[in-house]
Amino acid sequence: MAIWIVEENCKGCGLCVKACPYGGVEVEDELARLTDRCTSCGACIDSCNLEAIGSDLEDETAPDFSDYRDVWVFTEQSGDRLHPVSLELLGEATRLAGVKGHRVHAVLVGHDVDRFTAELILHGADVVHVARHPELEHYRTLPYTRALAGMVLDHKPEVFLMGATPLGRDLAPRLSRRLDLGLTADCTELRIDRDTGGLWQTRPAFGGNIMATILSHKSRPQMATVRPGVMAALPADPSRTGEVIEHPVDLEPGDLVARILSQSRAEKQAVDLASARIVVAGGHGMGSEEGFRKLFDLADVIGAEVGGTRIPVEEGWLPPERQIGQTGQAVHPELYFAFGISGAIQHRAGITGSRYIVAVNRDPQAPIFEVADYAMIGDVHKIVPALIEAAGREG
Amino acid sequence: MRFVVLIKQVPDTSEVKIDPKTGNLIRTGVPTILNPEDRHALEAAIRLKGGDDEVVAMTMGPTQSVDVLTEAMGMGADRGCLLSDRFFAGADTWATSYTLGKAIQSLGDFDLVLCGRQAIDGDTAQIGPQVAEHLGVPQVTYVNDLRLEDGRLIARRDLGDRVEEVETPLPALVTVLASLNEPRFPDLKRLLAACEESANIQVLDAADIGVMADKSGLRGSYTRVVETFSPKKGRETEQIEGSPVEMADRLIGILRDKKVL
Repeated sequence: MAIWIVEENCKGCGLCVKACPYGGVEVEDELARLTDRCTSCGACIDSCNLEAIGSDLEDETAPDFSDYRDVWVFTEQSGDRLHPVSLELLGEATRLAGVKGHRVHAVLVGHDVDRFTAELILHGADVVHVARHPELEHYRTLPYTRALAGMVLDHKPEVFLMGATPLGRDLAPRLSRRLDLGLTADCTELRIDRDTGGLWQTRPAFGGNIMATILSHKSRPQMATVRPGVMAALPADPSRTGEVIEHPVDLEPGDLVARILSQSRAEKQAVDLASARIVVAGGHGMGSEEGFRKLFDLADVIGAEVGGTRIPVEEGWLPPERQIGQTGQAVHPELYFAFGISGAIQHRAGITGSRYIVAVNRDPQAPIFEVADYAMIGDVHKIVPALIEAAGREG
Repeated sequence: MRFVVLIKQVPDTSEVKIDPKTGNLIRTGVPTILNPEDRHALEAAIRLKGGDDEVVAMTMGPTQSVDVLTEAMGMGADRGCLLSDRFFAGADTWATSYTLGKAIQSLGDFDLVLCGRQAIDGDTAQIGPQVAEHLGVPQVTYVNDLRLEDGRLIARRDLGDRVEEVETPLPALVTVLASLNEPRFPDLKRLLAACEESANIQVLDAADIGVMADKSGLRGSYTRVVETFSPKKGRETEQIEGSPVEMADRLIGILRDKKVL
């Protein structure tokens, strides 16, 4: 199993270098050369127009998936309500299921969960599967895995989505490994191939520096976790109806070995940047905690939430729950202000869902300007007060 | 007791630069580091270790990944295992967790497996739970405090919207957050000893740990990367010029016209 360069065909065009996710190929003296970073993954093969990349990777014949259908969504609860990502996933599932004329299924696992079924149906679920058991009242990995595995094996969904929340990122890998399924984490874009049913799962990789599209080529359901705040929930449609299916839950003693000794709502106040209509964000260029106080003043005047990049969080100018970007929250406001943010790709990955982006930076070369709708080159310490002043005047 | 710490050598993604002309990733010259959260997992294991206990640092990767094992032993791990084989290359998380799981089982008994929540190059956070499933042991993720009591693990985990204290029997697997502890610096004498040829670092290939080639690496993977591309940019940018006050007035005017303010 290997990849090699067919030297007589290679013109050193470098397309393979661009295609390689690993830096496993370079061009030297107009000839491609594999480096020790090549993992024989084959990503370069299709990029080559000259048949200059040889490989003995076998084309695996896809197994028969014809009895798998429909799009399933695991719906998560947060406290005594549904986690917002659950409805976002239903919205996305509705779009995906529409491509093949399939149905949308929501899965509810817990104890006292009946109160959520109507809401799920109004937001897109055609079927709600309920796994109810006293031991499922609080989330624990093993009993939830048991309950979900049974449902998936019985019903054979084609696609199974979960939120890329802390809970979803704990549960999805456990379930995928138990059922031997491919799993893609933190997707920001999904599309479905009408003919093959293949789910094209796009996610940021390499610290957000590249986007990768991933297929689960040999297992069904195709499992993905999806970042909260990226997909759009559908408005409640009171004319919708749906079916509710109860599932028996047979837990084994080994599922119950972990005990929750205590549980408390997080001390830190949750900042819901994901649903903010306007976000005012600052970066290294704000210079200090005092700089951020000005951003909070601006946010007060225009009704915004305040966020920031990694550096101000690390410097202690801003609490971590306000971090936006690859490792923080993704946002998709109507209006996003980037003050003193250079626009590292990790940060840009978290804001591309914004409708309008305003960037203010001293450096005209700052990459943030590439994604900005409105660019202002100048000193944030002068522009922020001017904006507070201007926004405070009657329009 | 035996503690196994799963660590990874990763490119320092904060050092990655974008070519301003082409918009492509500049991959050359990016330094590699020990994955930051894994360092906290090592620190936790070293603090838990008693007199007769053993801390094994384990990594999978090409031969140069031995550097992170050396570093781990400099911090206080007793020995290192490097899983290296051409069959392991191109593995997704399923195949990686299979290989790591087989390697842990090949050590004999173990009491606690520790790893960082996620690696900064992939950010999937899948390896911990998948290895736990392979081993058939309970997992406790996002741990920011832990102790052992009467052969059981008691850990506090941060789930974002809530904090839980959980108790689980051993053997078990934990994934840890950076807030768990303050990792020590490697000790110079230990570090030098770990660089010696006589250092207790084993290199294991597929045959050593009983891994089937068709279950590891690319062939064993359940996912395929079908394309990679630079994150899309491309918005029409309108430049707003003038003094700060003029710029502010113009911008607020535009945003009010667009009805977003």
